Amino acid sequence: MAATESYPDDLKYHREHDWARIEGDEAVLGITWFAQDALGELVHYEAPEQGANVTKDAPYGEVESVKAVSDVIAPLSGEVIEVNAKVVDAPETVNEDPYGEGWLIRIRLSDSSERDALLDVDAYKQVVAES
Amino acid sequence: MARTLQRTPLHDRHVALGARMVPFAGWEMPVQYAGVIDEHRAVRGDAGVFDVSHMGEFEVEGPRATELLQATLSNDLDRIETGQAQYTLLTNERGGILDDLIVYKLEPARYLLIVNASNREPDFRWLKDHELRGSDVRDVSDEYALLAVQGPRAIERLCLPEARAFTFAEGEIDGIPCMINRTGYTGEDGCEVLVMADDAGALWDGVLERGVVPCGLGARDTLRLEACFPLHGNDITPDTDAMSAGLGWCCRLEKEFTGAQELREIKARGPEQKLVPFVMEEKAVPRQGMPIEGGGEVTSGTHSPMLDRGIGLGYVPTADASPDSELTIDVRGRPRRGRVVTKPIYKREENA
Repeated sequence: MAATESYPDDLKYHREHDWARIEGDEAVLGITWFAQDALGELVHYEAPEQGANVTKDAPYGEVESVKAVSDVIAPLSGEVIEVNAKVVDAPETVNEDPYGEGWLIRIRLSDSSERDALLDVDAYKQVVAES
Repeated sequence: MARTLQRTPLHDRHVALGARMVPFAGWEMPVQYAGVIDEHRAVRGDAGVFDVSHMGEFEVEGPRATELLQATLSNDLDRIETGQAQYTLLTNERGGILDDLIVYKLEPARYLLIVNASNREPDFRWLKDHELRGSDVRDVSDEYALLAVQGPRAIERLCLPEARAFTFAEGEIDGIPCMINRTGYTGEDGCEVLVMADDAGALWDGVLERGVVPCGLGARDTLRLEACFPLHGNDITPDTDAMSAGLGWCCRLEKEFTGAQELREIKARGPEQKLVPFVMEEKAVPRQGMPIEGGGEVTSGTHSPMLDRGIGLGYVPTADASPDSELTIDVRGRPRRGRVVTKPIYKREENA
């Protein structure tokens, strides 16, 4: 079952429709409800390697539906310390629970000041409204 | 220049059902309603209905209608009788494929051609240019809507009698007169129903009330790829020939038609490349245009909902084309392994 539209207010957002849940010097990253809805049911998640470095505003992986493929943009820089194996095996988890079970990677942040450039929920909702 | 998209008579119904509408071949068409994968499974397990009213319909009539079609189409119309249909190719002088289509023999000297939406205008011009005195070609597309009702329970849900594939008959569904063709593009049992445009809405509503699931072009593509039916514009084009595409079976080289001699020559020397179906052995979704190592290219690719793997069609050198051959696809810079398989990629197990 696809999730209903929501944008949790405890997350930080990137205008390319990615979210970050910052937990101390780590962050969990994923794509927003809007992104998964635009793609449709996901059938493939091309994940980065554990230990790889991701760079803010640059792609770190790909998600694909039957019809389309999309880069996943990192909202923050850091080292990949965990990849969500559940999404690798069952990419539709992202459609079902984009902010929970459908997270994509966990990183160790390399630059704690970057978070200031991210959008809060209201600013991101504005991006969605204009999309 | 931007061009207004055409709409089928069912446009408002698609929107009301929450379909995602996309431009396709100059038309605004539903790509999905609930979701491609659920729609795909509905067709494999029960029945789905597709609005394919964007496809073109031509009538060819007159004492020399057969002669015109025999000279322009690859298959042999002498092999079918009134009430039967035939898959065939419209070919150019080089043996290239201008379109693939189904011809329906309505009467001894009257035929219906159902052609791809994207080729409607060039096909019509081509046939008009080849018209003979005594053969009249008319584009009647705007008079009709076309619904494809497909799936193992499609015929039962429409309460239609059993009939052989590639036959057709006048009939009615829920009191609506229509032409019921036992043809399709999914690899399943079912029919394609030609109906007057004004009756299309009532027919669509009746079909849905019978429990048939509305399906979009997204599922139509995944279904046809599992069945290994080529898509004109992707897998077959004016620059590819029937021998390379594995469509020699619908080219009757003992008769004369446009490009027949070129096809005989290609057949005699053997095509350099062949269109093959393949299944990915590593996680990846092949896409149109991806290179295949050793000098080939993916022409159609998707994720198979039934196999839960990447599948596709692509041209490879003839030496690499035999079933079970390994191939490596360049997926945006990443080499991913697949294997050539036999057609179809997926076929439902018939119940014993």
